[in-house]
Amino acid sequence: MLAVWRRNLKVWLKHIKASLIGNLGQPFLFLLAMGFGLGKSVPEIEGLTYLQFIAPGLVASAVMYSAAFEATYGSYTRLSTQGTFEAILMTPVSVTELALGEILWGATKGLVSGLIMLAAIPFFGVVPDPAVALILPVLFMEGVLFASMGIVMTATATNYEYFNYFTSLVITPFFLFSGIFFSLSAMKGLVGLVLSWLPLAEVVTISRALTYGNLGPGLLLNLAVLAIYTALFLSLAVVLMRRRLIQ
Amino acid sequence: MSLEAMEPKLGGQGEAILEISGLEKRFGDRVAVDRLDLFLEHGECLALLGPNGAGKTTTIRAILGLVRPSGGTIRVFGQDAAKRLKQIKMRIGVVPQMDNLDPDLTVIENLMVYASYFRIPRKVAAARAEELLSFLALNNRRDEIIQHLSGGQRRRILLARALINGPELLILDEPTVGLDPQARYLIWERLLSLRDNGTTMLLTSHYMEEVSRLASRVVILDQGRKIAAGPPDEIVADIIGAEVMEVIGDGKELDRLADIVEGCQVSVEKAPDRLFIYIKKGCRELDQVIRQFPHVVKRPATLEDLFIKLTGRKLRET
Repeated sequence: MLAVWRRNLKVWLKHIKASLIGNLGQPFLFLLAMGFGLGKSVPEIEGLTYLQFIAPGLVASAVMYSAAFEATYGSYTRLSTQGTFEAILMTPVSVTELALGEILWGATKGLVSGLIMLAAIPFFGVVPDPAVALILPVLFMEGVLFASMGIVMTATATNYEYFNYFTSLVITPFFLFSGIFFSLSAMKGLVGLVLSWLPLAEVVTISRALTYGNLGPGLLLNLAVLAIYTALFLSLAVVLMRRRLIQ
Repeated sequence: MSLEAMEPKLGGQGEAILEISGLEKRFGDRVAVDRLDLFLEHGECLALLGPNGAGKTTTIRAILGLVRPSGGTIRVFGQDAAKRLKQIKMRIGVVPQMDNLDPDLTVIENLMVYASYFRIPRKVAAARAEELLSFLALNNRRDEIIQHLSGGQRRRILLARALINGPELLILDEPTVGLDPQARYLIWERLLSLRDNGTTMLLTSHYMEEVSRLASRVVILDQGRKIAAGPPDEIVADIIGAEVMEVIGDGKELDRLADIVEGCQVSVEKAPDRLFIYIKKGCRELDQVIRQFPHVVKRPATLEDLFIKLTGRKLRET
């Protein structure tokens, strides 16, 4: 599993610049446009300026984008055109180890993007509470979740276009409706309830709470839900990858 | 000679490297491998021949645990492949049909990364990799990115990569596909030296010359079934005979010729513009009648003749 992870790291280090800019461009642009731009005309939400309100969510979204893209476009390239998986499976590495290695790698890339984002927000005037250190394992788990979802897609993909469904129907809605840009607790009724159960919403809530030091027992529920999603998709990813690679 | 009689008996002087018995694989309605028995003893090179879709690649993938057999058993190094796959694969090297080197990495990085999948310690792997680079005449390419190399060089790197774990069984799935003669000769030479040093090989190829040079025994598959097996020269002589006549002429003449030689110990096969006469034993009728045909080529029978005779001339597309 670690051998697979190290292989991907080695290749990534050769293209690190392009890769980082590609992954981080979007969250940064949103921080600028929404935080500085839109923020001027939006009142405070939950006692935070608009920039402060969206920054922790954008950290979470950076993890999601990086992990999900790596585990779809990246992993699928290794599965199909490059034949990397085929080469690896000639060796003692099993399909399960390969799938876990790929997920661990996607999660790592997610975590790296999240941390860069986190390190950057003070430059936008958002200074996190020391409690933010607790977010590391949460972001890593989020990375595992979205890398697993990506691998589920990769294991069932027949071409790159297939990932458009995932991007437009899953990732983009998650990004827009997980409470990064508006307060879910202000949404009344069923809609607010449903949205608050989105996987990314759990991370956004935790991220915002830790960034501003608002620790409470409610966060454990968010964490538990996130863990359940992660375990579910992780197992599904491994099962589907086995089905794909062993005839 | 029957198929069974040509197979070495279990418990003979050779140690069994690979024993496949009754292997079956169905994909839905299609039978890819049909009750296949294969035996590979230490130090020999067995070639699996067959048209596309004959079941060669499925068999190889089953050995590697990438195809789940519908029936039968596979034992490698005396161990059940279904139970001890990891241990078995530590001792196998594979040259795949498709070039799947890491295009972004250098030659040496490719070898080192591959070694890590076998958990070979870095120092050991580095020494082994340098050895293999000189064995395959790749020293001066050591630090080049794969993308910048020629097809022949890549094939040699694939072979070097397959040897990184010092495999006792080397599986070669069309190892020289798409190469020019020079590149092919270099690979053959290296494979022969490996064979002479006791590496057991399982080869698939569509180049009959490659098979004749490398294989001590061949198994011909068609539609998942074994249809002939034995040392190349022996099965060619047994099934085809020593010589082949290719006679060019028009359809009627050739039909007449075919009728006349029916009594001889020959078999004939018709292609649109020519008649192939596979001669087991010469006969007077043939010698006489053949004088009437100006365009006749007589040559020793080859593995290719056997292959075509057994599997037909029709194009196989899968």
